[in-house]
Amino acid sequence: MHAAQILVNAVVLGCLYACIAIGFSLVWGVLNVINLIHGSFIVLGAYLAFGLYNSLHISPWYSVAVAAPLFFLLGYLLQRLLINRVITAPALVTLTLTFGLDLILNNAMIYFFKADYRKLTLTPSLGSVSIFDVVVPVDRLIATVSALVLTGLLYLLLRHSRVGRAIVAVRLDRDAAVLMGVNVKSIYAIAFGLGAALAGCAGVLMALIFPISPLTSSGYLGKAFVVCVLGGLGSVSGALAGGLLLALVEGIGSTFFGPAHATTLSFILLIIFLILRPQGLLGRKGFE
Amino acid sequence: MTKSNIALLVLLAIVASLPLFGGAYTLRLGTIACMYAILALSWNVVGGFAGYPSFATAAFFGFGAYTTGVLLNKGLPLWLCVVISAVAALLITAALGAALLRLRGHYFAIASLSLVEVLRELVNNATDLTGGGMGLNIPLVSGSGVLAEAMSFFYAMWILLLLTALMVMAVAGSKLGFGLACIRQNETASSMVGLNTTLYKSIAFGLSACFVSAAGGIYAAWVHYIDPSDVFDILYSVKPIVMALMGGLGSPLGVACGAFLYLALEEVVWRNYIQIHTGVLGLIIVLLLLFLPHGLISLRPANLWRRVKHV
Repeated sequence: MHAAQILVNAVVLGCLYACIAIGFSLVWGVLNVINLIHGSFIVLGAYLAFGLYNSLHISPWYSVAVAAPLFFLLGYLLQRLLINRVITAPALVTLTLTFGLDLILNNAMIYFFKADYRKLTLTPSLGSVSIFDVVVPVDRLIATVSALVLTGLLYLLLRHSRVGRAIVAVRLDRDAAVLMGVNVKSIYAIAFGLGAALAGCAGVLMALIFPISPLTSSGYLGKAFVVCVLGGLGSVSGALAGGLLLALVEGIGSTFFGPAHATTLSFILLIIFLILRPQGLLGRKGFE
Repeated sequence: MTKSNIALLVLLAIVASLPLFGGAYTLRLGTIACMYAILALSWNVVGGFAGYPSFATAAFFGFGAYTTGVLLNKGLPLWLCVVISAVAALLITAALGAALLRLRGHYFAIASLSLVEVLRELVNNATDLTGGGMGLNIPLVSGSGVLAEAMSFFYAMWILLLLTALMVMAVAGSKLGFGLACIRQNETASSMVGLNTTLYKSIAFGLSACFVSAAGGIYAAWVHYIDPSDVFDILYSVKPIVMALMGGLGSPLGVACGAFLYLALEEVVWRNYIQIHTGVLGLIIVLLLLFLPHGLISLRPANLWRRVKHV
């Protein structure tokens, strides 16, 4: 039963990891930009959920609907106004630029919200369900299902909408997409906006489970790195596979070596994957 | 000996005369200036010459700080600890580089970033050896006065900076530097014409690590207390890049000037706006990248003149 509990925990956590990473993966895959603000977007989303719940008593699963358009707009404008100027520059420049933006956003959050750890506590606690000996808290379950729904929505969007097909086309072959009449500039901005919206929604879901503080942003970013590299860049299924693998490795690792070594283990795994299988588990060209 | 190399040596000589002009504060600032210049010049070897976006500087720095700290606690003399840190970093990094430098672009950047995370977590968890999250106290090296100690650490850091500068100049003028420039421009082509790219990149990576590690060692002995979140701070990886971008990528003189200028900016911001200093740093980075991507060296009077004529 112990093993079953580890497995269930890993699945629950893995879906959340996938949700954290999927926006990051989209931006990296389509724009070829490593978006270091991603972690701070997630934290900002968590603060949004916290604020809405404590002031207006709006439950986090409704806050997702508020967060998505807000963050989309934020990401869209950020890409259009700033990142688009250096989009063709080498990795170093885009990486350093987003790092600078991250410093600004993170410092602003520390300034306005303080660095204290906060927790969104639902006043009638939702309790937990248990099947045999496997226990899962209900808030965690809701977050997981919401994460899966978001992931599925992105998949449908990319698969069946005009914009989605254009995003995939730009990712596959930028020049050919231009020749087919795709407005690459606007697609870049939309993809970045989608990435930001997913980060914001992931943040709202994280607020249900984890403590909120600007200091946690680098942790989320690190998870996004590892999931992207493990699962392979640029596909929804890759992010899911990466998230599940990471959660499984962390779960098993902390059972055998102690929780302190979980992060070390995941980053060592990252480096091994980068060296031996840089395309990841399910990596291929093209964003499905 | 090119003109810009001579200018760099003159600049270093001016820095060396700093203690003549001020007290403890100047010495502290001077020591940090030398440290930043070491980090930036070292990063320039792999980031500027070879064009690999390395974010591993903090890993080397922390590695050196902890190696020296642990060895000092075992009773070894400081100079020996620093030399051991430098040599160990050179060997380990060159070996690691052979594997990591097969990655390019974003993948290399992420791998080098995770190197910092891995080392930090390892140090965090090896409580018996390093004290873990409690940090490591480092014994006082000499019983002399505060000012004399500050002076000796300043000159230790300065000598290391001089060595770093000489190394960078030697690399820039040698076959190695030429090979790295080839790798930066077109790695596949340079490998096709018979350049051993793996060897060259590994040497560059090792050289970029060894002086940073030594600087970390001197830093540890200087501040007497280190903890993982301090010496493995990811900002130690990013600051050298900002300095190099500020001064002008690839040019040793530009990079050293960038380091000094960056420190001046940082000090002013830190003193006046302590609560928002990282935000201001971020703003500087953003403005720099958007409006001055080739660094201050592109603002040479000759260039300005040319631009005016062109208009």
